[in-house]
Amino acid sequence: MPEPLLVIENLHARVASGDKREILKGVNLTINKGEVHAIMGKNGSGKSTLAQVLAGRETYEVTEGSVTYMGKDLLELSAEERAREGVFLAFQYPVEIPGVSTSYFLRAAVNAVREHRGLPEISAPEFLKLVRDKMKLLHMDNSFMNRAVNEGFSGGEKKRNEIFQMAVMDPILALMDETDSGLDIDALKTVSYGANTLRSPERGILLVTHYQRMLNYIVPDYVHVMLDGRIVTSGDKSLALELEAKGYDWVEKEYAQPAGA
Amino acid sequence: MTQVAEEKDILVSTYAQMRETLDTPSTPWLDELRRAGMAHFEKVGFPSGREEAWRFTNVAPIARTKFTPGLGTITPVARDVAKQYSFGDKAAIELVFINGHFARELSKLDRLPGEAHVGTLADAFDADDQTVRNNIGRLVKLDTTPFTALNAGFVFDGAFIRLPRNTTIPAPIHLLFVSTAGADGQPTVCHPRVLILAEDNVEAAIVESYVGPEGAVYWTNAVTEVAIGKDSRIDHNKLQQESLRAFHTAAMHVHLDRGSYFISHNTTIGGRITRNDPSVKMAGEGAYAVLNGLVILDGEQHCDNHTLLDHFSPNCPSHELYKHVLDGKSSAVFKGQIYVHPEAQKTDSKQTSKSLLLSDSAEINSMPALEIYADDVKCTHGSTVGPVDQDMLFYLRSRGVGIDAAKHLLTYAFVADVTRRITVEPVRARIEDFMAAQHGLPRDLRITDLSDFDAEVL
Repeated sequence: MPEPLLVIENLHARVASGDKREILKGVNLTINKGEVHAIMGKNGSGKSTLAQVLAGRETYEVTEGSVTYMGKDLLELSAEERAREGVFLAFQYPVEIPGVSTSYFLRAAVNAVREHRGLPEISAPEFLKLVRDKMKLLHMDNSFMNRAVNEGFSGGEKKRNEIFQMAVMDPILALMDETDSGLDIDALKTVSYGANTLRSPERGILLVTHYQRMLNYIVPDYVHVMLDGRIVTSGDKSLALELEAKGYDWVEKEYAQPAGA
Repeated sequence: MTQVAEEKDILVSTYAQMRETLDTPSTPWLDELRRAGMAHFEKVGFPSGREEAWRFTNVAPIARTKFTPGLGTITPVARDVAKQYSFGDKAAIELVFINGHFARELSKLDRLPGEAHVGTLADAFDADDQTVRNNIGRLVKLDTTPFTALNAGFVFDGAFIRLPRNTTIPAPIHLLFVSTAGADGQPTVCHPRVLILAEDNVEAAIVESYVGPEGAVYWTNAVTEVAIGKDSRIDHNKLQQESLRAFHTAAMHVHLDRGSYFISHNTTIGGRITRNDPSVKMAGEGAYAVLNGLVILDGEQHCDNHTLLDHFSPNCPSHELYKHVLDGKSSAVFKGQIYVHPEAQKTDSKQTSKSLLLSDSAEINSMPALEIYADDVKCTHGSTVGPVDQDMLFYLRSRGVGIDAAKHLLTYAFVADVTRRITVEPVRARIEDFMAAQHGLPRDLRITDLSDFDAEVL
């Protein structure tokens, strides 16, 4: 029997300030343990917003619907509580934090999760071993730990850093927001390899992407297409190929709701 | 005459009376400097808020406090403070001043390489030193601010550093100015003076620390003059950690000859009212100036930095980065003037002011002022003001770091972005340790290397 990890029901969300534009207009999605789901859609379809809402970004406001994560009401939890419960968001645009070393940043993150689980702070040798292993996995240079978080990194380095952090944090639900954008083929392979090591019967992965390319390396169990804040069609990996071949115009023609409907 | 003007005259005249009571050794030329200083101060008086340069800084609390001249006695309090802020072995030489008087007993006077000289102005005055005579008051004029005139009126001691051609000083030269209140807690005033003459191809780091015991009321009114010869490299750090009830006014003028490099790190942590007027004149072609500043305030503290990058010659780059962290009801002013003379073609100047407001009552006035009279130049300025960056905050929270811990970390990071450019280790450590203690963070946060990105900024 599949065991649900994440259940999204009729999720509506809007921008919290300004024009309060509604972006998610009734998303339904269930991810069972062990599954990899991909959400595809063109820019502005709401796919990145979905990833951010799930991670607890407060610039969006949930107006309707529910999200249940491992039996808990995810929307009740703050961003940091979600992270401690095993939700990880790999950012589309990783943030630069000048003045904080990657080493300290990661240790603070690992310890926050450990404290939540009632574990003592990670020891220095243990931490070093952990990051060394994961750095090797993602072909990263040692000097990187002493650099400021993401500062001066190329687009590819930043994405690699996200997956490195994901590997170190060892999440239960990994949300990857357009991790493939801006990556060359070698970086894409490395990043995908890192992400694939997380595949396990206990975990779930939600990939958000514009293109089919990454799905050659992280093969999804399910593919969903998002249009104007809703999932309009779902299928297996062949849907991604079909989408690639026919383009997003096809989706619009097929599934767009007439205005006012 | 209005009542306000009358009060002003009375306040000013107390300094003339104070001057008369002082029996400081002199030479005719020193007498003349003091006389001119007093005369100028009596003429202009304390600056008023009606003057553009003082619009956001009210010096009435200074003018209305009755100060007495601080004594050079090494009291137990003075000794403790000097010990607390000493660089110990990390300094090549450390001159300690108590209320402006040199304290030989507390100082570290090791030999310096070659003919390098680090001594006191009092000794130079006694010796009728003609180099000092020719240079003192040459860069910081009596009319730079009213307080520079007052400083000249009371000048009697301070530091004199002379670094002959081809000198390299391997460790920082530390000038530690300790101020204390009087024996029964009455407010004191002192007017420290620093004269630095670096000839051609010199490399040195100089630190001026201004400190005092917590809670003491006093006024430090300092003047620093720095003349730098061709191809020299001078790293200047000023670390102001005065008592939170103290007043601090200071002017510095730096004169750069061809191909020289000057970097200033101007940090304000203490003081109730602080006013700094640092200015650099790029007089020789290809001179390069960096002015970096940090202002970390809380409570009702106020700090005003009026900076000037004076581009006088062609092909001179300059960079300026001032950051403010303001909590409580504190307030800060940043005036960043860049003046490009008609001859200063190919000037490349970049100015940035960033302010982090940690409370709704904190306030910053950030004012770039670019005056450009050459046509082939690049001058940019930018200013940001706001609370903790929301994107950074979410990034940290999304990794499990709690919101309060994340805010503390980002405040630290905001400051560390400047401190990591500081190459004088004890200065950097002192500021970073202060920040770590303030924000409940460990001391091992530091970034050890500068990335390529930083190299560009430097």
